[in-house]
Amino acid sequence: MYFKMPVGEALVYALLGYAVVFFGICLLMAVVMIMGKIFIAKDKKAAAAKAAAAPAPAAAPAEAPKPTAPGSAGELKLHDVEPKTAAMIMAIVADKMGKPLNELRFISIKEVK
Amino acid sequence: MNIGEILLGLWNKSGFAQIITGFVSSNGWQNLVMLVVACVLLYLAIVKKFEPLLLLGIAFGCLLSNLPGAGLYNQQLWDAYVQGVPYVNAAGEVVEHITFTTIIHDGGLLDIFYIGVKSSLYPCLIFMGVGAMTDFGPLLSNPKSLLLGAAAQLGVFVAFFGAVLLGFTGKEAASIGIIGGADGPTAIFLTSRLAPHLLGAIAVAAYSYMALIPLIQPPIMNLMTTPEQRKIKMVQTRQVSKTEKIIFPIVVTLFVAMLLPDTAPLIGCLMLGNLFKECGVTDRLSDTVQNALMNIVTILLSTAVGATMIGSRFLTVETLKIVLLGVIAFGISTAGGLLGGQVMCAMTRGKVNPLIGSAGVSAVPMAARVSNVQGQKANPSNFLLMHAMGPNVAGVIGSAIAAGFLLSVFG
Repeated sequence: MYFKMPVGEALVYALLGYAVVFFGICLLMAVVMIMGKIFIAKDKKAAAAKAAAAPAPAAAPAEAPKPTAPGSAGELKLHDVEPKTAAMIMAIVADKMGKPLNELRFISIKEVK
Repeated sequence: MNIGEILLGLWNKSGFAQIITGFVSSNGWQNLVMLVVACVLLYLAIVKKFEPLLLLGIAFGCLLSNLPGAGLYNQQLWDAYVQGVPYVNAAGEVVEHITFTTIIHDGGLLDIFYIGVKSSLYPCLIFMGVGAMTDFGPLLSNPKSLLLGAAAQLGVFVAFFGAVLLGFTGKEAASIGIIGGADGPTAIFLTSRLAPHLLGAIAVAAYSYMALIPLIQPPIMNLMTTPEQRKIKMVQTRQVSKTEKIIFPIVVTLFVAMLLPDTAPLIGCLMLGNLFKECGVTDRLSDTVQNALMNIVTILLSTAVGATMIGSRFLTVETLKIVLLGVIAFGISTAGGLLGGQVMCAMTRGKVNPLIGSAGVSAVPMAARVSNVQGQKANPSNFLLMHAMGPNVAGVIGSAIAAGFLLSVFG
């Protein structure tokens, strides 16, 4: 059969191309990882500085847990989420998992920004 | 005034007469077949909803360019432009050097649309829209997922090699191989530069297979993973700060475009669109790029690409080979991503679900959704979508790098 391009040459190009894609992606991955490490360290530093700046709260007597309704799985913490949205999310999760809502326990719902 | 002569003149000018008189001699039968092909594609777009936003325009462009006598798209004009040979226009004048100005002057409406494809304007603007719609957060929170985007480019190079074995030239093989990247704009960008005569077939194959991802990928995923592996739940990744998201597009543009300058138009536009989205001070631009601009360019791009599907170019054995190689490219890219997923699963001692590897083909977000669905079939409480989005957007970068390599070698 007649080939318009030498097969050996095509094979080399194919292998080289795949290697170049990996090389480029690895380079990018290294940069992203370094970037991530810098930001994580910066965040930790900022959090530590914030914690040091805030005065230690006086030891308060431990609050008695609030009584919950029979069958309740406890309190749900909402962070930047409307109760209506949270109810909708819980209903969707229960529906997707095919389990009744009262068999699931939601601890907190937080909006990822 | 001779009414008979007027009617005869009207008849002779009509497309019906041109099809009948030139049925065999002027390939009129090919026009007819292409009109049927256009109707089939319209059916797939409207009834079966196969990538309708693009396929509808492609199908209608095909229908328009195959209307006998309408002169909306002139293949001879573009052949003369690409080959740099003289062209005889409708007035019988010989035009020595064809430029875009000549095309605007002598060409039809779809020729003018096609200038945007030939100059790479439309694929780049589409990439800008894709960038503005993409959240790179999952990739930034788990940078290792970039490797899966690279692994899933395997199909590009296997299909390239297969195309050479099937008798295509290097430039044609490179254009066919990029179908495996599962990225329409990249395929159009590369093909319009390397093998414009194959553009119609490659675009139709690429977009059709992208629409068929939910059918193509699951059997390969089931074959290459065990039920236990598919059940693996992945832990939540860290939250990415706004600053990281702003810096990322700038860093990617600098690194990737400096590594492979030929990728600069694609990567540059992708990252500019993303910067519009993330910087927080250009909401109006981000909104325009995501909606109005994206829609306008999609109309122009799809119609122009469809116009290249003229009978004499499309109804060939090469088109069948492209369709075959396209599905092989998609399948092998999926397998490559899954193989990468298996390696990561083994290296992390079962913390990575290998299903996210198949999302490394860049059809965003369809491939990630397929990973999520397959994961939930094995374990209904398994939510892989965000984990699969990392490899998915990495696939866009990976296919752009693959295109840049092929362009620098064969361009």
